[in-house]
Amino acid sequence: MKMNQEWKKHGIELRPGMRIKGKWHKKSYVIKRKLGSGAIGAVYLCELNGKQAALKISDKGTSMTVEVNVLKSLKKVQGNRLGPYLLDVDDWISPHGTIYSFYVMEYLRGETMTSFINHHGREWIGVFMLQLLEDLERLHHSGWVFGDLKTENLLILHSPPRIRWVDVGGTTQIGRAIKEYTEFYDRGYWGLGSRRAEPSYDLFAFVMVFLHVYYPKRFEKSIQSEKTIFKKIDDVKSLSPYSYLLKKAILGKYQSSYQMKQELIDVLYRVQNRRRSKNKKKRKNTAPFIVEAGGITILAVSYYLFSLLL
Amino acid sequence: MKKGTLKQILLITDGCSNKGEDPAATAALANQQGITVNVIGILDDDQTEDPQGLEEVEEIALSGGGVSQLVYKQSLSQTVQMVTKQAMTQTLQGFVNKELKQILGSNQSLEDLEPEKRGEIMEVVEDMGETCDLEVLVLVDTSASMHDKLPTVKEALIDLSISLNARIGRNRFCIFNFPGKRKDIQKVFDWSPKLDEVSTIFPELTSGGITPTGPAIRGAMYQFGKNYLRSFKDEDEPGMEEAWN
Ligand SMILES: Nc1ncnc2c1ncn2[C@@H]1O[C@H](COP(=O)(O)OP(=O)(O)OP(=O)(O)O)[C@@H](O)[C@H]1O
Repeated sequence: MKMNQEWKKHGIELRPGMRIKGKWHKKSYVIKRKLGSGAIGAVYLCELNGKQAALKISDKGTSMTVEVNVLKSLKKVQGNRLGPYLLDVDDWISPHGTIYSFYVMEYLRGETMTSFINHHGREWIGVFMLQLLEDLERLHHSGWVFGDLKTENLLILHSPPRIRWVDVGGTTQIGRAIKEYTEFYDRGYWGLGSRRAEPSYDLFAFVMVFLHVYYPKRFEKSIQSEKTIFKKIDDVKSLSPYSYLLKKAILGKYQSSYQMKQELIDVLYRVQNRRRSKNKKKRKNTAPFIVEAGGITILAVSYYLFSLLL
Repeated sequence: MKKGTLKQILLITDGCSNKGEDPAATAALANQQGITVNVIGILDDDQTEDPQGLEEVEEIALSGGGVSQLVYKQSLSQTVQMVTKQAMTQTLQGFVNKELKQILGSNQSLEDLEPEKRGEIMEVVEDMGETCDLEVLVLVDTSASMHDKLPTVKEALIDLSISLNARIGRNRFCIFNFPGKRKDIQKVFDWSPKLDEVSTIFPELTSGGITPTGPAIRGAMYQFGKNYLRSFKDEDEPGMEEAWN
């Protein structure tokens, strides 16, 4: 839906050391380095009074305003932060006189989920599934759907590992048309549902996020979408404890993320118990791994129980 | 604010017009009638992003008050949607800007407002984009060179209808191709809320090198009047069409 060529054509490059001073609020940010760029603009690491932040700048004022509106709405959702915290919104007049819109947000430093899981083991899948479902639950509860949920829009922050959303530009009010999506994650593209913003829309994309970890090059659509995706799920051993859930989400059978989360918790308990009993039988050869895997699962479940108390 | 119907022509072509009036002029005329003209120029895989013969694409959209984009076949789906939605926002923002000028004085526009106010206004624009009714007339160039692109065009149009039908507002689509057999344009698919039955469209291609884009836009323009009487007649108050003018 968004075109990357556009940015190249009209884009600006900010150099490290440059000062960006806001037209309205007069705050002055020092550019450190580029963090990335996308269809709408470019994101830079910047500094204000010695504090780091991320600054997104673009000549597409309208799209920027829409994103800012989403970030503001997310600010109102209680609990853990959904998306980066919004710090400032302003305009910048370049030396050539062109007006750019920018906004400043919390800088999130982390790694991609794929690299995290590759480094730290598949036990983390269950943890991140739980965290993501919990965040989605709160988002849905407040009347929004994430929309463009994809691996690239998620980051894993360290100590403790916590999944966070980076780009919330696709967030759409429930009942409306999804604002922004990426084909691989879009149930409409696969012919498995509409593009109306419903919790089940995000849950479909949720499954594709975890598939993408194991199929970094993604995979092609076929006429029998459902069969293709199911086969891809079955082919990944690490996803087997969750395959029943994932398939249900693909078919749009969950009305809410709460429902899916409850079933995930059941699975996590079951996995843990099975590992325990297996553990008793053949403790000698496999014990270390099982203890580790079981431990992480306990961690996940207790993390969840703990978050209920907050 | 009253609800209105947005009208768009979506021209899909891969070359330059070579017959009849200047398409930019007819696009300007259409724009005067409250119809936005969007243009998508399809590039061949071996073409650069700055090809000859497609300069016209931008000109037509500019005078038609719409959006244009050159694109390779592979990203057609995304582009069709982006162009359509962007044009909707642009049109609605135009209305809002007009109203703003009335309220705030002649030299105020959205960009002159502070970011907070802008946010509130964009929310209104988004609401309108979600709820307004939309009519899209797709005008497909079916000259010989388009042959291998038509299956992709068809897929992109079905995908467009999936996206737009997720909106709260109602939609009407129709498809015309040009040049027609004896007329400037020929109906391929009549006004309908969905495009998913388009399996049999684009039957035969017109051979030969004629691309009468100007006359085609003119022909397309007249299809809106006809459609208006038929398509939403039961549900809407009379005169609603004027709401935006
Ligand atoms: N708050 C942040 N903290 C750290 N990095 C960030 C932050 N926001 C964005 N980035 C980085 O900048 C990149 C581009 O930002 P973003 O995705 O918001 O741009 P976009 O124009 O919306 O692109 P897309 O096409 O992915 O939607 C991101 O992929 C991410 O790596």
